[in-house]
Amino acid sequence: MLALREALNASRRAPLLSGLGVLTIGFSLFAFGLFALVALNIRQALRSVEERVEIRAFVADGTPSEAIATAMSDIGAFPEVAHVDFVTQEGALERARKDLGEFSDVFEEATLPASIDIHLRAGLRSPENVKAVADRIKSYQFVDDVRYGQEWVEKLYRLRGIATAAGMGLGLAFAAVAVIIIGATIRVSVLAREKEISIMRLVGATDSFVRAPFLIDGFIKGIIGGLLALLLTWIAYRLIDTRFLELVFFDSRLVLAGILAGALIGVAGSATSVWRHLRRI
Amino acid sequence: MITLDDVAKEYHRARVALSHVSFQVKRGEFVFLIGPSGSGKTTVLKLVYMEEKPTYGDVWVNGIHSSTAKGKEISQLRRKLGIVFQEFRLLEDRTAEQNVAFALEVTGAPKDTIPARVARVMNQVGLASKATQLPRQLSGGEQQRVAIARALVNEPYFILADEPTGNLDERATRGVFQLLTDINAGGTSVIMATHDLAMVRSTDFRTVELNHGRVVFDSAEKPPPETRYTPLIGQPAIGGPNEGNWPPPPPGELPK
Repeated sequence: MLALREALNASRRAPLLSGLGVLTIGFSLFAFGLFALVALNIRQALRSVEERVEIRAFVADGTPSEAIATAMSDIGAFPEVAHVDFVTQEGALERARKDLGEFSDVFEEATLPASIDIHLRAGLRSPENVKAVADRIKSYQFVDDVRYGQEWVEKLYRLRGIATAAGMGLGLAFAAVAVIIIGATIRVSVLAREKEISIMRLVGATDSFVRAPFLIDGFIKGIIGGLLALLLTWIAYRLIDTRFLELVFFDSRLVLAGILAGALIGVAGSATSVWRHLRRI
Repeated sequence: MITLDDVAKEYHRARVALSHVSFQVKRGEFVFLIGPSGSGKTTVLKLVYMEEKPTYGDVWVNGIHSSTAKGKEISQLRRKLGIVFQEFRLLEDRTAEQNVAFALEVTGAPKDTIPARVARVMNQVGLASKATQLPRQLSGGEQQRVAIARALVNEPYFILADEPTGNLDERATRGVFQLLTDINAGGTSVIMATHDLAMVRSTDFRTVELNHGRVVFDSAEKPPPETRYTPLIGQPAIGGPNEGNWPPPPPGELPK
C-alpha cells in the first residue's frame, strides 16, 4: 500500500517528468501498435486469400450420380476437409462466365466438365496437406484430373512464413526499443529520487521495498502509455480506414493483450533500470 | 558490539583506504574517530553500516559478519544503526516530522505507532515546536537535530555520526554534541568522526586516531613504550588555547 502511495507521490511531486515518461512510453508503444496493425492486416489479407484454396476434381462424363454422391460423402469425411461441393457442367459454365466476364462469348458453345470442389479446414491448408488430399482424390476412377494450383499454394505459404518471421522479428525489436526507452524514463525518475533512495536504504528499508514503488510506477506508466498508444493507433486506423484502405482493428482480446504488454514492458523496463542503478546509489 | 579485525579496504587502482585496522566498540561507549581528511574515518563508518565490504579482514556488527551478510540482514541491521551525516540528508519537500516518520514508514513500523514515536524523538532533540517546518525553514543546527531524531526513532544500539558538526557554527556544534552526549548517557553507543579537536579535548571519551588508513592511536589501548608517534589529539590546535604548549604530552596521554 505504502509502495503504491510512494509511486503515486513520486508522480505528483514531479508531474512534468512523469508526463514525459508516459508520453515517451505511449509513443514507443504507438510505433509498436502501428506495426502490429500492419501485421494484423497483412495476416488478415493472407487468411482471406488462403480461404480460397480449394481442390477441384474434374469428373468424367457419364459418371453415375450415385458414385459421385458416395465419393463426396467419403471425401467430406477426410479430417482435412471442411466441405465439399458438386458443380455440374452448367454450373461450371455459369461460373466461368461470371469469373471471366469479358470473355463470356468465348464460352457460348463450350462444354466444361463437372467437378467436385473441396475446401480444406483452416490450419490444414499447407502445401503438403493439399497435395495429400489431392492424391487421395486422384485414386477415384471417375476423376479425370485434379487441380489445386500447387505452385500458388506453395508461394502463399512461403509468403505467410516470411510475413510471420518478419512480424516476430520486428515486433521483438519494437518491444526491445520500448523496454529500453521505458528503462531510460524510469532511470531518470530513479536519479531524481536518488537522495530519497539513499536515505531509505540507510534507515534500513529492504531492497524489495525500495524497488516496489518503481515497479508500480513502471506498471502504471506502462498501462497509461499502452492506453495512449491504443488511442493513437485507433486514430491512425480510422484515418486510413475511412480515406484509403479498408482495414481491420484489434479485437477486444488483442486490445487487452496490448495494454497488458504495455504494463509488462513498463515493469520490465523499471526492473532493469532499478536493478542497475540501485547498486550505484 | 562492533569489531574490526585486521581490516583492509582497497579501491580501484590499488588505492588503499584502510590497512590493518583493528578495534572494538562496546555497547554504551562514546568513541571519537579522528584523523586528517582521507585518513579513512568515513570508510570505517561505511564498513560498520555495511555500505562497503572489507577487502581483507573481518567486520562484525551485532553478531553479523559483513562479508557474508545478505541484503535483508543488512537492512535489519541498519534499523539498529542510526546514521548521521555532515550534510544532514533531509528530504526538502517534507516537514521535519515527516522526515523522521519516513524512517519508520519505510521499515514497516505499525502505522498507528508512528505519530507517538516521532513526537517522542522530536521532543528529545528539542524540536517539538518546529515539527511541521520544512528543512529550509530550519537552521543548520536544527536540521542536524532532525537528522539525529531520524537516526534515533528506530531506537538504535549505535549512532554513527560522520562529521555531524562539520557544517555548523560553534553554538550549534555545542548543542548537537551535547545532544549526542545525552543520547550516549541513555545507553546508546556513539561513534563520531570529527575534525574538531577542541571538542575531542574537552571530554575524556575514547579516541581512535587514523592516519593513512591505519590506527595510529587508540586512547583505550596502552601505547607501546617505544612508540615515537605523537598523536594528533596531543597537538595544540592552531590558534587554540594550547597553541605554543610544545612539546606535546607523551603518547596516549590526553591533555586536558
